Amino acid sequence: MKRPLGRSQRLIIVYGILCFALLLVVAQLWLLTATMNASLGGDGSVVLPALAASVGCLALNLGLLRYL
Amino acid sequence: MAEDPQSRYTGALELDTRLDSAGREGLTGTARSNAYGRPDEVDDVTVAPDYRPMDEQPRWRQDFPIDFPADQYVARRDFAKFLVLTSGAFAAGQGWIAARHLVRENRPAPARIKIASLQNLAVGSAMMFDYPGPHDRCLLIRPDDKTLVAYSQNCTHLSCAVVPRVAEGVLHCPCHEGYFDLFTGRNIAGPPPRPLPKILLEVQGDDVYAIGVETRTV
Repeated sequence: MKRPLGRSQRLIIVYGILCFALLLVVAQLWLLTATMNASLGGDGSVVLPALAASVGCLALNLGLLRYL
Repeated sequence: MAEDPQSRYTGALELDTRLDSAGREGLTGTARSNAYGRPDEVDDVTVAPDYRPMDEQPRWRQDFPIDFPADQYVARRDFAKFLVLTSGAFAAGQGWIAARHLVRENRPAPARIKIASLQNLAVGSAMMFDYPGPHDRCLLIRPDDKTLVAYSQNCTHLSCAVVPRVAEGVLHCPCHEGYFDLFTGRNIAGPPPRPLPKILLEVQGDDVYAIGVETRTV
């Protein structure tokens, strides 16, 4: 039978999830500044893909929040 | 088997939701004040950041004791919620950029407007005009007899007004020492992230017309 994870083992997973969520937020910040620069520079081709990526990151973060 | 070090917080983090329980008057819904302090020296109400007893603390701290351990405690789930909130704000920002982009795309192209006469613009000089809107300041520059260039006067860094230095072949932003090339409008030094928006010109005889705006990322 599979042994349940101990508290310290679960903590490692929790910290891993937190680090991943933090990375996603940093990626979103980069995406926002890059899109803003492109949009102000007249390059609109990246705007909608960047929006989709950012919403995807948000959905991932919301999903991860359920496990914390 | 070694004791799990986290287990000492298990009892300490139980919230006291009673109003004004003994020794914790005015502090409800918080973890015990000694949850993260040294349990043998802590005061019942608070632990000062320097761990000295309350009667050695400054008067203001004695008058307004704060439950420092509880105040500085951020649960992992709270941190995760904050991250998700920030993530939502960034996604909303992306939505705002997309909405602005759609609005701008549906705007009609700027009109063709006469902005100057060549005879009024000496070689090596510059003049200001508004294009495409009445509050969009632009610069028309004539660096030599055969060249005529025009750019938005707003620096692409923080929208300060750029100043033409025709003899040096640059446009200078005095706010943060940004420089643009006079002939191309490209950002060549300082913090500006993009070239200046270029105003497209058409010369008919002696008259100079603005016919459009070209924004660029490089």
